[in-house]
Amino acid sequence: MKTDDLIRAIAQDAAPSGLRPQARLALALAGGVAAAAILFLLLLGPRGDAVASLDQLRFLLKFAVTLVLAVAAIGLVLRLIQPGASAGVWRGVLLLAPGLLLIGIAGELMALPEARWLPALVGVNARVCLTYIPLMGLAPLGLILFALRGGAPARPALAGAVAGLIAGGISAALYAAHCPDDSPLFVATWYTLAIAMLVALGALIGRRLLRW
Amino acid sequence: MTGEAELEWAAWMRAALAGDAVAYQALLLALTPVLRAIARRGCQRVGLTAADAEDVVQETLLAIHLKRQTWQPDMPIMPWVRAIARNKLVDALRRRGRRGREIDIDDVSDVLAAAPEEDRTVVNDVAKHLHNLAPGQRNVVQAVAIDGISIRETAQRLTMSEGAVRVALHRGLALLAQRLRERGA
Repeated sequence: MKTDDLIRAIAQDAAPSGLRPQARLALALAGGVAAAAILFLLLLGPRGDAVASLDQLRFLLKFAVTLVLAVAAIGLVLRLIQPGASAGVWRGVLLLAPGLLLIGIAGELMALPEARWLPALVGVNARVCLTYIPLMGLAPLGLILFALRGGAPARPALAGAVAGLIAGGISAALYAAHCPDDSPLFVATWYTLAIAMLVALGALIGRRLLRW
Repeated sequence: MTGEAELEWAAWMRAALAGDAVAYQALLLALTPVLRAIARRGCQRVGLTAADAEDVVQETLLAIHLKRQTWQPDMPIMPWVRAIARNKLVDALRRRGRRGREIDIDDVSDVLAAAPEEDRTVVNDVAKHLHNLAPGQRNVVQAVAIDGISIRETAQRLTMSEGAVRVALHRGLALLAQRLRERGA
């Protein structure tokens, strides 16, 4: 087939098709947050003193870190699936999440005597954390990856990995309301591991699913 | 390339996204020499032929079409087009066992102003995969592309509704792109 022939056929298919990637992602996020929240309420639920803890910096930091992570990853992934777009400020915004956590860790190390560092890091809920953050993140991850199929990422595995960060951020923010471990040392260790599982899964699936 | 041309192309693309087939065809015809320059430069460098490059051009046109929703109407169009062209070139070279990563599209920009001569090469890849489509889709794509008849005439000739012709054309093009992508992958 000559190239001009192909162009003629393509032009005849000009009719508007489907939603823009941003709209698709927005729908996926709405569905993903709802699914994860329902799962959270069914399986875990917020801890008894969740509302009373809202004046504690260590408790609030868990939400700040995970929500900044999710929002930054959303901004970044929208750039990654758009040909020719640069990451812009979003890479920097993404670094805010570990930055906040590092500040929290520094404060924790100053506040706690050395003998309590390790117990704070190990916590009491590590296994629950490593189970439920990945588990509650599965539905958001699947929906986000499916929505991203409308995009055109130069690096599909990377886009999939960032989708894992979004799902991980959402799921971890919910889980934070349940978990009694508030130490930044605990968050930095176990939340990171749990989110990394979703990131790895996202990269693995994205590598194939997001090719175009 | 002048900024004026790019502005006009962006306007054509906005019209195309609203369903204007005439503007869309004008845009794709205008883009093709640019895509051809990129593809030829890349293919030449690793010892591939002009016919190989034309395959890449066709694949790029299909990708531009199927991913046109990722272009933001308020953004310049050429960085978007070049990124897709580079992506498809790298894919194609990798598939043929060449190291596509070494292709740097930025040093291609200087040749973009000079449009290569029109190409009349009949390319095998797309045509070959056309024959793998379901008969309904193949007939529609063939009628619209090769015989150059309108959607309405195609509908009459194949005794289908115009809506069905549109759907078959869209699915046919999407499948064509998928087959090209998966070949040898």
